[in-house]
Amino acid sequence: MINIEEIKRFLIEYTGPKIKLMEVCGTHTGSIVKNGIRSLLSPSIKLVSGPGCPVCVTPSNYIDLLMKYAESKKYAILTFGDLIRVPGTKASLSEAKASGGSVEIIYSPMDAVEIALNNSEKNYVLAAVGFETTIPAYALLLDKLTEMEITNVKLFTSLKTIGPALDWLCKSEPDIDGFIAPGHVASVTGTSVYNYLANKYHKPFCIAGFSAEHILVAIYDLVVQTSNARHEVHNLYRSIVSDKGNPKAMKIIEKYFEPSSVYWRGIGVIDHSGYVLRKAYMDYTIEFPSEEKAILKESNGCRCGEVIIGRIEPKECPLFGKVCTPVNPIGPCMVSHEGTCGIHYNMHE
Amino acid sequence: MGESQKITMAHGSGGSATRMLVEELFQKNFGNDALDKMEDAAVIDVPSGKIAYTTDSFVVTPIFFQGGDIGKLSVCGTLNDLLVMGATPKYLTAGFILEEGMDMKDLEEIVKSMAAIARDTNIKIVAGDTKVIEGKGGIYINTSGLGFINQKPLHTSNVKPGDAVILSGTLGNHHACILSQRMNIENTISSDCAYLGEMVQNLIKEEIEIKTMRDVTRGGLATVLNEIADGSNTTIGLLEENIPVDPEVKSFCDILGLDPLYMANEGKLVCFVPQEDAQKALNIIKNSNYGEKAAIVGEVIKREDVAVTVTTRIGGKRILKALQGEGLPRIC
Repeated sequence: MINIEEIKRFLIEYTGPKIKLMEVCGTHTGSIVKNGIRSLLSPSIKLVSGPGCPVCVTPSNYIDLLMKYAESKKYAILTFGDLIRVPGTKASLSEAKASGGSVEIIYSPMDAVEIALNNSEKNYVLAAVGFETTIPAYALLLDKLTEMEITNVKLFTSLKTIGPALDWLCKSEPDIDGFIAPGHVASVTGTSVYNYLANKYHKPFCIAGFSAEHILVAIYDLVVQTSNARHEVHNLYRSIVSDKGNPKAMKIIEKYFEPSSVYWRGIGVIDHSGYVLRKAYMDYTIEFPSEEKAILKESNGCRCGEVIIGRIEPKECPLFGKVCTPVNPIGPCMVSHEGTCGIHYNMHE
Repeated sequence: MGESQKITMAHGSGGSATRMLVEELFQKNFGNDALDKMEDAAVIDVPSGKIAYTTDSFVVTPIFFQGGDIGKLSVCGTLNDLLVMGATPKYLTAGFILEEGMDMKDLEEIVKSMAAIARDTNIKIVAGDTKVIEGKGGIYINTSGLGFINQKPLHTSNVKPGDAVILSGTLGNHHACILSQRMNIENTISSDCAYLGEMVQNLIKEEIEIKTMRDVTRGGLATVLNEIADGSNTTIGLLEENIPVDPEVKSFCDILGLDPLYMANEGKLVCFVPQEDAQKALNIIKNSNYGEKAAIVGEVIKREDVAVTVTTRIGGKRILKALQGEGLPRIC
């Protein structure tokens, strides 16, 4: 049995072939920076961040549409705080709010119930952004909306599932040697998706929690597996993640949502990589207008798209830290707490 | 007081409703020789020497929270600002902007809470103002404070390599408390809102050489230390394991992705003293009100390429920048 001090020594003294590992989840990125994990690794072990921040993979014309709804005065927007400063192609929701558009920050999708009941004369659009970790909360909201016959809230969805995005990454970024798999998502989906990918692409996956120790052990595990040409899925986070995941959460997701091919900022459309509301619940959604789907404009010069697939480091983007800062973000990765650029900027990495 | 249970535009008109509010609420609770003259400005005695003079506005919602209210906050906040400059706070002014519809009982409670702190700390609220605006019953308070300085004023540039950094208690309590209430999360996290006069007096009484002090409010410890490091051209190295955070606050932060080093406090100060005084100063703070969880959290070193670093619990090195942008709760 190896202890954490031995693992630390191994990782700093590692002199084998260069290894590139990706942490998929934004919370892992945050913890890596917060705990100074990079300072504990040999220069031969490189960590890159993946597309696991929901705000960062949301297309810019999604924001444009939300702004249009906010400015139309027909709708008030309900959104998590992260999203309001994310720039669309022109401006962000916070600017729409400052110009008189109605934008309210919520802390949980369930907040929408009380807001809608207390303001029955108003119509709300809920910016439903997230991965499997958040989608069950939207499903529970739909349970309440249907049960209480609340009709003045509609979900405008940009919901993603990480498996197909990882599949895309394994295929298009073959130099990534292994993945720290997102613990929270796995707690809902289970581990089968990682087994499938590990076998298909011969890459090791390690499901980890968010403590410094978990992350160090996961890196150690992936380095050892890579060095030995192994490609297993190891689950360090058994206290939270079971192989089956959370069938109850998956069931309620499936009750209201169906898989759909959706657009990822910086990547493009990935087959079956998202969820939209089932036909039976169309009254509760605003669909992404079909004519908008082809417009995939990105902010001029912003390389967030390459950051979220680990192709470049934030500092390789010409805008990083110069025109693009947390105070004046150009790309989504600079806004969110889970965004790689914002984390790197704030932590001076 | 009076017949009306709610603040109306009439209370801000300058007419009889205003006078009633001033006399039956503000003067009744704040009353002192300077205020009671009810003239356009308070006339006060000032000793020779330097004065410290500051102002701050308070816009917190909710206006009542565990451990305090906007009134207590508006008094303690301004007094602490004077205190950390090495001044003895003496006088305050209070400006109230009330939104139409504000509950009179709430206002009374807030005023009483301000009066109680002023009484306990021997501070006089000598002038005030009230305006009423349209709105949803909210309240905003501005306080200005004046204190006398008997010693060399404290300044950031006094800080030198080798000095110890003492934090007077746990981080993040106020921020976590306010956020919990906004998010309807039930917990026992209480704001640390407090006046730290006794703690500072004890340090001065025991002749600790205080290089500089700051209250650790908005922007959190990280931001304050960046300002001090830049202002003194030094680097500050912190030890993460020494930084006190209540377990409940820590769990709250873990769930929401918040970092206590960047969270606001309303009753904490960070104090720089020579290394040889550090243990004595720590003991004094620990034995003072609101200082029981104080700790030596780091030390000042010669300027490196960054202002503030933390050696993390696991032994990694992290660079701490000042807070950028706003602290938005994250999405998942």
